[in-house]
Amino acid sequence: MDIFVQQLFNGIILGSIYALIALGYTMVYGILGLINFAHGEVVMIGAMVTITLLRILVEMNTGLPAAALVALAITTALPLCALLGFTLERVAYRPLRNAPRLSPLITAIGLSIILQNLAMIIWGRNYAPFPPILDTTPWKILGAAITPLQVVIVILAVAIMAGLWLLIGRTRKGRAMRAVAQNPNAARLMGVNVDGIISLTFVLGSSLGCIAGVMVAANYGQAHATMGFMLGLKAFAAAVLGGIGNLAGAMIGGLLLGLIESFGAGYIGDLTGGFLGSQYQDVFAFLVLILVLVFRPSGLMGERVAERA
Amino acid sequence: MSDVLLRAEKIGKVFGGLKALHDVSLTIPRNCIYGLIGPNGAGKTTLFNVITGLYKADGGTLELNGKSLIGCKPHTIVRCGVARTFQNIRLFGHMTAQENVMVARHTHLKAGVFGAIFRPPAVRREEAACRAEALRLLQYVGIGSQANRVARELSYGDQRRLEIARALATEPQLLALDEPAAGMNPTERETLKNLLLQIRNDGTTLLLIEHDVKLVLGICDQLSVLNFGQCIAQGTPEQVRRDPAVISAYLGSSAA
Amino acid sequence: MSKTLSAKSHSLPAKVWAGYALLALALLVAPFIVGQVGGNAWVRILDFALLYIMLALGLNIVVGFAGLLDLGYIAFYAVGAYLYALLASAHFDYHVSAWIILPIGALLACFFGAMLGAPTLKLRGDYLAVVTLGFGEIVRLFMNNLDRPFNLTNGPQGISGIDPVSVAGYGLNKGITLFGQHFPSSYAYYYLFLVCMLLVVFVCIRLENSRLGRAWVAIREDEIAAQAMGINTRNVKLLAFALGASFGGVAGGLFSGFQGFVSPESFTLMESVMVLCMVVLGGMGHIPGVILGAILLTITPEVLREVINPLQRSLFGRSVVDPENLRMVLFGLALVLVMLFRPAGLWPSQRRREELEDDA
Repeated sequence: MDIFVQQLFNGIILGSIYALIALGYTMVYGILGLINFAHGEVVMIGAMVTITLLRILVEMNTGLPAAALVALAITTALPLCALLGFTLERVAYRPLRNAPRLSPLITAIGLSIILQNLAMIIWGRNYAPFPPILDTTPWKILGAAITPLQVVIVILAVAIMAGLWLLIGRTRKGRAMRAVAQNPNAARLMGVNVDGIISLTFVLGSSLGCIAGVMVAANYGQAHATMGFMLGLKAFAAAVLGGIGNLAGAMIGGLLLGLIESFGAGYIGDLTGGFLGSQYQDVFAFLVLILVLVFRPSGLMGERVAERA
Repeated sequence: MSDVLLRAEKIGKVFGGLKALHDVSLTIPRNCIYGLIGPNGAGKTTLFNVITGLYKADGGTLELNGKSLIGCKPHTIVRCGVARTFQNIRLFGHMTAQENVMVARHTHLKAGVFGAIFRPPAVRREEAACRAEALRLLQYVGIGSQANRVARELSYGDQRRLEIARALATEPQLLALDEPAAGMNPTERETLKNLLLQIRNDGTTLLLIEHDVKLVLGICDQLSVLNFGQCIAQGTPEQVRRDPAVISAYLGSSAA
Repeated sequence: MSKTLSAKSHSLPAKVWAGYALLALALLVAPFIVGQVGGNAWVRILDFALLYIMLALGLNIVVGFAGLLDLGYIAFYAVGAYLYALLASAHFDYHVSAWIILPIGALLACFFGAMLGAPTLKLRGDYLAVVTLGFGEIVRLFMNNLDRPFNLTNGPQGISGIDPVSVAGYGLNKGITLFGQHFPSSYAYYYLFLVCMLLVVFVCIRLENSRLGRAWVAIREDEIAAQAMGINTRNVKLLAFALGASFGGVAGGLFSGFQGFVSPESFTLMESVMVLCMVVLGGMGHIPGVILGAILLTITPEVLREVINPLQRSLFGRSVVDPENLRMVLFGLALVLVMLFRPAGLWPSQRRREELEDDA
């Protein structure tokens, strides 16, 4: 039972982070039909920049509380990531909007390689530790441990997702985004600034990615230049699991993938009679992903697209 | 062999809450041109898609030569002898006209992986025959001179005719044409009309959706009229033209 | 007049033949020239280029011809490589001949391809990409972890001491002796790979111009129309998948024998992505383009490796940034720039080029 609750907590924490990153993928996909392969690297840059800023702030001995320092660091890193997302779209995707479908995928891969290696040049090949300023004494809930930081992560993630939901569902900009996702040409005829909306989508997605990156770094106490790749991959898988292009799908898919992974890690040994250990948690996650798609080809929340003749 | 080629009975198809087809029945005799007309949104293309297996009917029976087609995949239905064209032309845009037709010979060729790689004499002969047949069909529909041009570069009328040649290449017993005259000028329509008559005379039954009433009444042997997913009239062009239900559907109920 | 014409029509094929002869000669002497200039390391790179051409052409059947996005292609390469490693090394002390393993490897990869494809090929483009990606990762993770409870793959350490490929009883690892001079194994493998690569090219060309090739392209262009022409799209797609996989399986076996060592590290997602880049960057669906893409993407990183450090030294007097990272930054930049300036790839087929010009 303790293990169950612990894995549930772990799954929710991991899942809310995946969900934030998955939103970045799904928004871009919904509008451009493009897998933004470089999104994971934006997440990584967010984490690395924040850690660097935090280190500087800590060294300055400002006397501010830890939470304020982190908030300060994030508010500086956030626009940087947003700018990065904006630039990526401008430089590498926009010129290829009418190119064959796979061409922008290759530029995205190229950008991913560039960003990852630039990060290694700037921050080195070693793990960058998150300054130990946050309280990590765990609370005991139902026999499982959860730190205040982790509680904050989950609450913050939920709040951000609710905010995004409102933004897209209730505001003019949000309506324009939905219109562009449905039919960019019709939206343009209705006076929507399509290029502006696409830029906005990248800015929003990158900002969410940045926050998610910081959450990962804070939760594990470290960050690394190559962390974006696997993280991005998982989050993308989560977006697909939920039904890519669908916001609620990305959230649910992210949460689900987090839970699958953490329960997989906790129980896979018991399930297979000790034959397979927790090192198979990723296998488990991908297997579930494949099975879901085989039985629900458009993802969990995806529309069933009726093929039209 | 009976003289009925295709028999559809009580075909139903529902999209969400919309009854796109409601108990539609029709019988297509062999060697005729059968017209399917009706206002926009009447369910003509839906019926087409059901007959060619793109949609699965929610109810009813569908038989070709007495053999049920319900639940068959589109490619199986082609093998049974039903070929079609599309309302919004769906050619293989970057292949040449001849290649487009050759693709449709797929089911009549045998070469598998090893045949393709080693290309034994039988495969060579088969390929040569396929090439020749494709050319013959292009000439048959009147675009033989365009054989080596890429499909998307052809004029609109030629694209429509290429679609017909491509469908004919599957050697159908029933050729279903979805608005073949759409977007054609009067001269092109006249040539098309002759082509359709020629196809029928050469032994292929035609099922025709068309908006051009003059063309339909001019060449069809039998007609069905659909409105709101229901069959409101059937018969010869002469009978249908006088049917009050048809007049009301086309001109509004006050005119009836 | 007629005389000059006929002379012309005779001289044209002669020119073509001369071109082929020249190409054949160049391919034959390539390792010696490359070895003379760049040393044995470059001959090995040449060998890898040939392996990658085979891989890229295999993936081209799936992505280029049939239009199915496969992000886990390297898994089939891994299957071939591990099969060879298990059946011809000291690990289990089996020493089966390469000529038996390679066909089995092709069949096994083919089988894996069909297993993966059968339930998933109905998925739309990017969903298929994710499923194949997941499959690739699953295969790699199994290879990484199957050292317990029973040591099948020896885990992350990989399997070493793999038997070399023998041709007529002559182990290629012994290299070749020519005119009293000895050349290392990379020279011998070059010719083996060259022959295999040419076979693969031949098979690809034949497939492209066949009933199957036409069906693949038809599916890529318009799947519904292809169905309406009587093509069983599921089976034909599955065939593309399985055939592409079998090429990967053969290339994997060759890699294993050549390298003498395999580990999961050679089969990461990045490798799949690289092969995909070769296909797209060269010119999807166009065999010469794909070959060009494979050669360039194998050689460019190596050229950069050789050039960067001397360049840094001469510019700044010392090594300012890690050359390995700088090399990859430049490589990524090259990918982006090529795609921006040639969106259809470096050497697309005539038709694709037209399509792009039309859209512009």
